[in-house]
Amino acid sequence: MKKIEAIIKPFKLDDVKEALNDMGIKGMTISEVKGYGRQKGHKEIYRGAEYIVDFIPKVKIEIIVDATQVDEVIETICKAAQTGKIGDGKIFVLPVDEVIRVRTGEKGEEAI
Amino acid sequence: MNSGDTAFMLVATALVMFMTPGLALFYGGLVRSKNVLSTIMQSFICLGLISLIWVFYGYSLAFGPDIGGFIGNLDFALLKGIGLTPGPYSDTIPDLLFVAFQMMFAIITPALITGAFAERMKFTAYILFALMWSTLVYLPVCHWVWGGGWIGAHGALDFAGGTVIHINSAAAALVVAIVIGKRKGYGKEPFHPHNLTMTILGASILWFGWFGFNAGSALAAGDIATLAFFTTQVAAGSAALSWVVAEWMLQGKPTTLGAASGAVAGLVAVTPAAGFVGPVSAIIIGLVAGVICYLAVLLKSKLRYDDALDVVAVHGVGGLWGALATGLLASTAWNPGGADGLFFGNPKLFAVQAYGAFATIIYSMIVTFIILKVIGAIVGLRVDVEAEVGGLDLAEHSEAGYTM
Repeated sequence: MKKIEAIIKPFKLDDVKEALNDMGIKGMTISEVKGYGRQKGHKEIYRGAEYIVDFIPKVKIEIIVDATQVDEVIETICKAAQTGKIGDGKIFVLPVDEVIRVRTGEKGEEAI
Repeated sequence: MNSGDTAFMLVATALVMFMTPGLALFYGGLVRSKNVLSTIMQSFICLGLISLIWVFYGYSLAFGPDIGGFIGNLDFALLKGIGLTPGPYSDTIPDLLFVAFQMMFAIITPALITGAFAERMKFTAYILFALMWSTLVYLPVCHWVWGGGWIGAHGALDFAGGTVIHINSAAAALVVAIVIGKRKGYGKEPFHPHNLTMTILGASILWFGWFGFNAGSALAAGDIATLAFFTTQVAAGSAALSWVVAEWMLQGKPTTLGAASGAVAGLVAVTPAAGFVGPVSAIIIGLVAGVICYLAVLLKSKLRYDDALDVVAVHGVGGLWGALATGLLASTAWNPGGADGLFFGNPKLFAVQAYGAFATIIYSMIVTFIILKVIGAIVGLRVDVEAEVGGLDLAEHSEAGYTM
């Protein structure tokens, strides 16, 4: 089992969610995060004083999938989240030791 | 006694009262969230503190029988002799109502200064400051202009308090900002306004209340109140627009805070002129105020003093422009009880306006400096670094404005 963490542009969340739904991904966890990479921050102006804000709002999606699905999920997210401009985000793939469904106590792939 | 005037002045007085909480929200939204309550409190507590001072001796020192053109005496202390029949300052409303109306002006003036030292002054020091500054600066200057003192005697025009309130508080604000020093991190870390929607709401309440402030200064529900009401609206609107246009041209974006700041700048600038100029003059006053106050804000960041919420740029520059503009644009065609300005053939008025304004600036700056030195020696002006970093809400009031 693998965990896929995708950092994407907030306005792309709906597209990514629908694309993942269409390929049969049944659940996900999202959070609003801030960060920066190659994309520079933006400018804010308050009473003439200009500030460069480094941390840009992004959405982080976390999904746990069977190892065989990883490539398809990555492709789906990339396709849905891409604008071609700098700042589209990153995807991380991590190993997952165990998954437990709290209600029933099921473990492993059954619990995803 | 006139029931129409009395009804109007009761409402106008309540409108001016509402400006102080409006100012609290205006300032509160501009600071960081950890200081929102301490900033609001500095304005709000004036509603308590200054009300009492006003009754005990404030009204008497400002409007009591004159001593040498400088200050009133204590004949009216504890409002002795103030009744419900018309008094010396108004023929058609109860004397006590005039006392109440003027009380609201005395309340908001020290609150205006708080923007300069936001996010770093001890509350005990602030209370002492409000008490001493009101007593030693506001009451004398109020007397000079309106209470039978020397500036009024020279024929200076200050319809609703451009000199008494705005120039006076801004001169003090500059001194406090310099004496108390910059906020920790000033110029290194950004100080973002934490809630601009709150600031816009506050500015809107100020604008609304300002109709009471300016139109009410006519002390009667009639022609001059109507003139002041109208000039207030068009000056504020013009300044909101011109500030936004100026920043759009210079910095590329029209900001909401610019519109709100411009409106306040226009309200400040039209305050001394409101009942003495016509509508077109008021538009000129507003358009100029929006641009020069915006430029003054830009200049501040070059001069590197930390007037946190731009009291000097908005109230000082706007107030000074308003006082001088009254000397240019006042017209007896609109108000026969006023005077003609420079543009209407009377250069003397312009000179008198400048004289009164600069005398007020000098007096306010000197006495404010002395007050700060005294308070600094007694209790200290600033919170310690730990309290400043953690926020004044928690350190000074044991409260938080927002909980997660």
